[in-house]
Amino acid sequence: MSILVIAEHDNQTIKPSTLSTITAARKIDSDVHLLVAGHNMDGALAQAANIHGIMKVLKAEHSGLEHALAENLSRVICDLADHYTHILAPATTFGKNVMPRVAALLDTQQISDITAVIDGDTFERPIYGGQAIATVKSSDTKKIVTVRSTMFDAVTPEGGNAPTEEVTAHADFDKTAFISLEESKSDRPELTSAGIVVSGGRGVGSGDDFTKLIEPLADKLGAAVGASRAAVDAGYVPNDYQVGQTGKIVAPDLYMAIGISGAIQHLAGMKDSKVIVAINKDEDAPIFQVADYGLVADLFETVPELMQKL
Amino acid sequence: MKILVPIKRVVDYNVKVRAKTDGSDVDIANVKMSVNPFDEIAVEEAVRLKEAGKAEEIIVLTIGPEKAQEQLRTAMAIGADRGIHVVTDDNVEPLSVAKALKHFVEKEQPNLIIMGKQAIDGDYNQTGQMLAALLGWPQATFASKVELNGDSAHVTREIDGGLETLKIALPGIITTDLRLNEPRYAKLPDIMKAKKKPLDSFTPADIGVDFTNRLQILKVNDPPVRQGGVKVGSIDELIDKLKNEAKVI
Ligand SMILES: Cc1cc2nc3c(=O)[nH]c(=O)nc-3n(C[C@H](O)[C@H](O)[C@H](O)COP(=O)(O)OP(=O)(O)OC[C@H]3O[C@@H](n4cnc5c(N)ncnc54)[C@H](O)[C@@H]3O)c2cc1C
Ligand SMILES: Nc1ncnc2c1ncn2[C@@H]1O[C@H](COP(=O)(O)O)[C@@H](O)[C@H]1O
Repeated sequence: MSILVIAEHDNQTIKPSTLSTITAARKIDSDVHLLVAGHNMDGALAQAANIHGIMKVLKAEHSGLEHALAENLSRVICDLADHYTHILAPATTFGKNVMPRVAALLDTQQISDITAVIDGDTFERPIYGGQAIATVKSSDTKKIVTVRSTMFDAVTPEGGNAPTEEVTAHADFDKTAFISLEESKSDRPELTSAGIVVSGGRGVGSGDDFTKLIEPLADKLGAAVGASRAAVDAGYVPNDYQVGQTGKIVAPDLYMAIGISGAIQHLAGMKDSKVIVAINKDEDAPIFQVADYGLVADLFETVPELMQKL
Repeated sequence: MKILVPIKRVVDYNVKVRAKTDGSDVDIANVKMSVNPFDEIAVEEAVRLKEAGKAEEIIVLTIGPEKAQEQLRTAMAIGADRGIHVVTDDNVEPLSVAKALKHFVEKEQPNLIIMGKQAIDGDYNQTGQMLAALLGWPQATFASKVELNGDSAHVTREIDGGLETLKIALPGIITTDLRLNEPRYAKLPDIMKAKKKPLDSFTPADIGVDFTNRLQILKVNDPPVRQGGVKVGSIDELIDKLKNEAKVI
């Protein structure tokens, strides 16, 4: 059995989600190859060859792959599919966008967002926003899988020495064009792989207060900043801060939920965190049911105090 | 311009769901059912395009039990013109849904398909991308903004690193994210009017698509429960616990 992992990268660096996906792949078989498809991607390729546990790096270079358009990338993956029993990608917006396209072209029912590998055919995955865990067995000959990266440790990004092989890339789908990327730039750790996440909700009240209270607290702790959907909807923060069923899944060592009520959809994205702290003025807020340490208090008084005493 | 909007009947997002004690499935007997929230957003977007004079007809389509007719009527009350219902009690997987949708796309020839990014029951997030692949159409997933310009669409997508804008040629597929719009509440007269809008029913045999599942559900369990923690009385106590008990800061 050989397994193909699709690397998520921005041509310069390999994203941490890829490293967790490799761990999931290695639970099925150790012969794991990594596809790096992109354009002008020396940086990503150099990192790829270094990753521990990769047997071979496949390089697919084409200008049509610069922005990972699903129409082009799926074609490249399908051209390689014959050689592999399993094809895995992270269940990030990158993997979610491209992998179902691959699955349909191969007439395969994708297994989305796995949280555990039982064996090569059998996987666990959350359903109903994580309110239940289904164990599913696939009867397809080839498995197309996306992986919830928070449920698998990252492999070491160093120590490997994989040879790189170039593959032909057909990437000329002409009905989709990349126009622009409005990148959310931040010097903080990346949300899905940060050790500490400080999240604010509707209770924070405004974008201004988010900047004054949540962000400095995060910076003091060296944390990433997250948010509830309500905070995103209200425009306090950009969309890619959203933690939850339909946002990002996080599982840091410490998650602080500030002014967040704890709706099912929010819990779905953070309840696998190691330690959860909740600050909320409503003692009946559902967030307290999952919080290891709950503080019933006004965030406008307690967050400044916390910051000062840290 | 003709727009097709596939919608799914799902457990309402406010309902707490549990696994059955025998672990065979989730227990959803007698719970409130709704249009999948993302699909409601898709219907709303289609209706706004029609109101802006950019579309003439909106067809909503569902594959689901007899009662899924309720969700088609809801969509027609929001403003869809007619409904297509493939009646089945099976739990149809995304690949089969996509194949069934393809059948109707070939028949109806829509210029645009708007659908949800994810059904909140199975949480697959697959069907739109699969349908695009089967049709050889461009896709713009997780849309937070859609602008139609004749035979193409500019779509802004919510992705992990920020916002990406793509231009897709039509016919094409767009899947919706939560911020695309806020669906309206249907007014009573519209609900009454919706009851009279045309609705065609089909059986799976009529469309010749095999609904056999590829994924066998071996069991369904409740997730591990978190042990409820403690309430702390002050910031000093919280800091002490985090430093000395949990050792996370
Ligand atoms: C299809 C769908 C998908 C969704 N996906 C997501 C998702 O991925 N992620 C997500 O987060 N949500 C999601 N939601 C929304 C979710 O249902 C909730 O509406 C949302 O999580 C609520 O956010 P909140 O807790 O910030 O706001 P609220 O529920 O309004 O809670 C605000 C909290 O702040 C507290 N508060 C107010 N003032 C103060 C103060 N001064 N001091 C301390 N506490 C205070 C209040 O007591 C309250 O508990 C989704 C909804 C739908 C329909
Ligand atoms: N049974 C169904 N009938 C009609 N549309 C569906 C059905 N299942 C899924 N869809 C559509 O596909 C989208 C994505 O669903 P999924 O891939 O299951 O997460 C949904 O938001 C719907 O628009």
